[in-house]
Amino acid sequence: MTKRPSFLAKATEKLLKNKLAALCFVLLVLEVLLLLITPWIAPHDPEATNAAIKFAPGFWAKFSSDPAVRASYVPGYLLGTDNLGRDTLSRLLWGGRVSLAVGVVSTAMGLFLGVILGMLAGYYPKLDNPIMRFMDLLFTFPGVLLAMLIIGMLGSSTFNATLAISIWSVPSFARMVRGKVLQIKQEDYILAIRSLGATDFRIIFFHVLKNALPLIIVIATMRMASSIISISTLSYLGMGVPAPAPEWGSMIATGKGFMWEAPELIIIPGVAVMITVICFNILGDKLRDILDPSLRD
Amino acid sequence: MSDTVLEVKNLVTTFRINKKEYPVIRDISFEIHENETLCMVGESGCGKSVTTLSVMGLLPENGAVRSGSIKLCGEELLGMSPRQLGQVRGKKMGMIFQEPMTSLNPLLTIGYQLTEGLRQHLGMSKAEAHATAVSYLEKVGIANAEERMKQYPFQLSGGLRQRIMIAMMMSLQPRLLIADEPTTALDVTIQKQVLLLLNRLKQDMKTGILFITHDLGVVAQIADRVIVLYSGSKVEEGATRQIFENPLHPYTNGLIAAVPNVDSDEFEIRPIPGTFPSITEEIGGCRFHPRCPYATERCRQEVPQALEYEPGHFVACHKVEEENK
Repeated sequence: MTKRPSFLAKATEKLLKNKLAALCFVLLVLEVLLLLITPWIAPHDPEATNAAIKFAPGFWAKFSSDPAVRASYVPGYLLGTDNLGRDTLSRLLWGGRVSLAVGVVSTAMGLFLGVILGMLAGYYPKLDNPIMRFMDLLFTFPGVLLAMLIIGMLGSSTFNATLAISIWSVPSFARMVRGKVLQIKQEDYILAIRSLGATDFRIIFFHVLKNALPLIIVIATMRMASSIISISTLSYLGMGVPAPAPEWGSMIATGKGFMWEAPELIIIPGVAVMITVICFNILGDKLRDILDPSLRD
Repeated sequence: MSDTVLEVKNLVTTFRINKKEYPVIRDISFEIHENETLCMVGESGCGKSVTTLSVMGLLPENGAVRSGSIKLCGEELLGMSPRQLGQVRGKKMGMIFQEPMTSLNPLLTIGYQLTEGLRQHLGMSKAEAHATAVSYLEKVGIANAEERMKQYPFQLSGGLRQRIMIAMMMSLQPRLLIADEPTTALDVTIQKQVLLLLNRLKQDMKTGILFITHDLGVVAQIADRVIVLYSGSKVEEGATRQIFENPLHPYTNGLIAAVPNVDSDEFEIRPIPGTFPSITEEIGGCRFHPRCPYATERCRQEVPQALEYEPGHFVACHKVEEENK
């Protein structure tokens, strides 16, 4: 008898066979590693201002034909500085930590609540209407508006922004999970397990959950992308991470005042958000093909 | 204490369809004793499966038992709380399903699924449960049981899975085993093995078996007694020999006549004329009268009562009643 490779190992193998997905996966792993070791590799304090080197250009200035531009490059500031002379590279790294952390935490919180509500709604017909109609209510608010409403009530802080984003992700998780549970509930093996006398709790949170896991992994990955966009959007609007602390969205907000003189101030964090979000989306899409063929269009 | 395992009395089960209640089981009574196989036969939709689900307490949300009594080893099941019922299910009564291919959780090993019930109901330790599960796999004739314990359902054939289901249910030593067409999805040779296995286990463990099928060949092989259902009512009940040698109800006669006989020169299949009524259809009197060649005015008006014609042989038919006056 051959030993069956574990579910995770098999999925990873399939994922790496797809070039695009493998690229996204590698990029994200690199990004996460970089952000993890930021405290040791960031060249400068991200909040330290230095009026002497405002708007210093990045490494590309060294390739300029204009000697004045070449001279304006400050060694050690690889990506240049912003309007207060802060190091863009350090801010990018530290800001990425915040964006990603908020993405992970809010997705996890939303997942926790959304999965529980979705499972209960799917399994117990009596709870279905109350729970799902409340989810519909949350759905009626456009995402960022709901987050702004919550932050407006609680005040703007990184934690409140995280909370707001997680509440916003609850209904879509609940809806997807409920659909899956409705389908799994009909399976013969659930009836067989019930005929063995298993408790509802055990059926829901072990047998059904285990079978819904591929779907949950996929939607969580996709949700990561929108959570990161949300925190950047909120910070851009000044409702996310408070001012001096770096965050990709707030970096763009700072840079937009100088977009003609120093376009790199919005391009650099913009590209960072873009790459991260695209990678999460592509990864989620490929994971869906691998883990849950029934979801394919 | 008598040896009656299951006693069902005047069971009425209804289904709600479009906000209207329709009876699916119309007043059925029967008993199953220790070490006895009772076969329930009838066409699709006659209420065989609904009867089993009523007993197990696993009716879908739109179904409900309206009246009657279901006693398992003298204990009334109707009105039990879901928690109490969970204790009885699995431990005192087990069920085997029609589709072995989908009756096992695809993501768990055979070993895990076999030991789950043992640990929950009998409070066994992991090692004890493992040893018991292996011994039952061997009992149902599965070679290299230790290997099988580590496998996943998709690695096994339908016959193997059905035997695993049987091992899973029997390892809890239930007093009653309900088998809902357990051989329908299997090919004939495997079918024979499964039937022999059920017979042997029944004798070893003194279990009562409620066996659902629409295959009269299977009935002849396994049943001690037979109940013939038609559209939610019991039309005939008797020992297997009585039913096959002396079928009294026109419907039972029709069923037996409809089985093609390869030994005779006649190759024509003789179906029962007409179609099976939908549960939403209102039929006065005997539910079978629109298809019955002997139907009289009385059959259209009056619901026939089940009467005993030989010891243990019950028939619900006006024609039989009049002939035997």
